[in-house]
Amino acid sequence: MADSLNPATAAAPTLEVRNLQTHFFTRGGVVRAVDDVSFTIGRGKVLGLVGESGSGKTVTGFSIMGLVDAPGRIVGGSILFQGNDLAKLSEEEMRHLRGNRIAMIFQDPMMTLNPVLRIDTQMIETVLAHEKVSEDEARARSRDALGMVGIPSPDERLKSYPHQFSGGMRQRVAIAIALLHRPDLIVADEPTTALDVTIQGQILAEVQKLCATTGTAMLWITHDLSVVAGLADDIAVMYAGRVVEHGDVGEVLDAPLHPYTHGLIGSVPSRNKRGEPLRQIPGMTPSLLNLPEGCSFRARCPRAQADCVVMPELKPWLPGRLARCHHPHLEEVVAA
Amino acid sequence: MSVYLLRRLIQAAGVVLAMSIIVFVGVFAIGDPVEILISPDADQFERERAIIALGLDLPLWQQYLIFLGKAVQGDLGRSFVFNEPALQLILQRMPATLELAFAATFGAILIGLPLGLYAGLKPNSVGSKAIMAGSILGFSLPTFWVGLMLIMVFAVQLGWLPSTGRGETVEILGTRWSFLTWNGLTHLAMPALNLALFKISLVIRLTRAGVRETMLMDYVKFARAKGLSPFRVTFVHVFKNILIPVVTVTGLEFGSTIAFSVVTESIFAWPGMGKLIIDSINVLDRPVIVAYLMIVVLMFITINLVVDLMYSVLDPRVRLDSK
Ligand SMILES: Nc1ncnc2c1ncn2[C@@H]1O[C@H](COP(=O)(O)OP(=O)(O)OP(=O)(O)O)[C@@H](O)[C@H]1O
Ligand code: SF4
Ligand SMILES: [Mg+2]
Repeated sequence: MADSLNPATAAAPTLEVRNLQTHFFTRGGVVRAVDDVSFTIGRGKVLGLVGESGSGKTVTGFSIMGLVDAPGRIVGGSILFQGNDLAKLSEEEMRHLRGNRIAMIFQDPMMTLNPVLRIDTQMIETVLAHEKVSEDEARARSRDALGMVGIPSPDERLKSYPHQFSGGMRQRVAIAIALLHRPDLIVADEPTTALDVTIQGQILAEVQKLCATTGTAMLWITHDLSVVAGLADDIAVMYAGRVVEHGDVGEVLDAPLHPYTHGLIGSVPSRNKRGEPLRQIPGMTPSLLNLPEGCSFRARCPRAQADCVVMPELKPWLPGRLARCHHPHLEEVVAA
Repeated sequence: MSVYLLRRLIQAAGVVLAMSIIVFVGVFAIGDPVEILISPDADQFERERAIIALGLDLPLWQQYLIFLGKAVQGDLGRSFVFNEPALQLILQRMPATLELAFAATFGAILIGLPLGLYAGLKPNSVGSKAIMAGSILGFSLPTFWVGLMLIMVFAVQLGWLPSTGRGETVEILGTRWSFLTWNGLTHLAMPALNLALFKISLVIRLTRAGVRETMLMDYVKFARAKGLSPFRVTFVHVFKNILIPVVTVTGLEFGSTIAFSVVTESIFAWPGMGKLIIDSINVLDRPVIVAYLMIVVLMFITINLVVDLMYSVLDPRVRLDSK
């Protein structure tokens, strides 16, 4: 529970991930899905986490939730939630944080709700898992949460089953469930990619409003740079299990330091265009099973030089601007 | 819903009709009952009288039409041997068989579900491996052999359980039931276990496969992400989903349980329909054989319909109303 956490650290950022490593010990070898991820999210802030498919975004989210299942395991680093190391909590203490102080919205709205349980069951159980209130009170709270995410006639809809909802409606339900306890942190794993553009816009606006009013911090995982541009305060870019660039979203998108980020946004013609996928960068994503030595972007990097066989550290090049690269695009930043 | 039911009932009638032809012709092909029923020293005149009395002189199609005409009025013929209506004969013995089949089915669920759940949740534990090995035995050992072994061990060697008959019964609603007396229960235990063995294995495997598949579902992970207790995740979110295949399959299996009870009833001298049909086949008592087969067909069809309806209750996605 929140009271088992250290109150003296209230001034700490909501989430601080330091050198997180989550590996999967499979038959084919160790998959280093997350292998040195660091970022910080302040209270009420939105961090956009971007990167191509398989770069480890979802695994990062599950690591924060403490939901990495075998054969996976967190093997290194720390996750500080309001200054408290989540790794030091017991499973029972972690369970009281989950869905309560830290909530997650999953990638695929069609799969997140249990098909054989009614919406009210799935919402009320979430309320009752963390608070001793009457069932009526829990139902009222659930109905209000549905109303808040823009589901019409929530009283009736509570009695529906998931299959009676469209994908967009299901994702709203999942968002409503995440909001039930007004969490301090929401991990949102591509919550709008499966939805059509208008609904995406509506949900984004609602979420933004909620964050501003409740002080909830958000980790917003996405492929869509324009969503990040419109929604996030900061951005972290992942490549092959590592954060390669981290900084203020405006600054990073205007003048990226890392060649990978540079490649990603080089071809997005207008940042206001929604639904724009990340640009394809020539070359293949390296297999996480046997990454090349040194910088993992080396094989695809136009700026690669001999010293890139040594893995660069994620370090500040400018105030508040971190990049994992020996030869970042500094000249353009100066020019900009 | 009612349109659906009506369509199902018409389908069912078609199946029953087709089966009645197959059964009637099939039984006709398996030999001449006259040889068995009429004493060898009867003279020609007596023989012919008997044949005419039994309707065996008419061509097959006429015999069938007569049979069908009477069947729709609930008359499936009179037993050659007992000289009683075949239907009545079977219905008298049905409760014993149903009692055995229900006991076996509930026993299988009661034993199979928890074991399968355990094996699914802890797939790598020693206990799970033992359960799965045991379930292979349950699948592959022949029922009659297991029945004989049960009698050898529990009746002959240990003397714990009686090996034949129904024991003391209590009469309720005009039929006798064993499970209501202690003595009756001891008689029921072994045959029910024998009949349940295959189903226990089936339920274990279905449950385990269901648990392992469901545990990987996003909605289970989401349930955990909501901070629910492991108990609630397992017994509400996972359990409700695996109940669908388990109920469907055990329900559909109920028909074959009744059919398979022939073996078990013979071994344990359980006075049910199965024992009657074996005796009737031995003396080629055609009306009883035909009536038995028709009743089993009807039961299968009813069970299928009930299972479909139950399925729609358990799985909201297949609700039969068109709303
Ligand atoms: N259970 C697992 N066993 C083995 N490897 C896994 C497992 N789960 C994830 N991985 C690996 O971890 C890597 C990162 O996966 P992750 O789902 O985090 O990617 P992602 O960035 O979320 O991609 P996407 O944008 O497609 O959702 C992938 O290469 C994947 O193969
Ligand atoms: S370290 Fe070298 S190879 Fe890696 S991104 Fe920077 S320039 Fe390219
Ligand atoms: Mg993902």
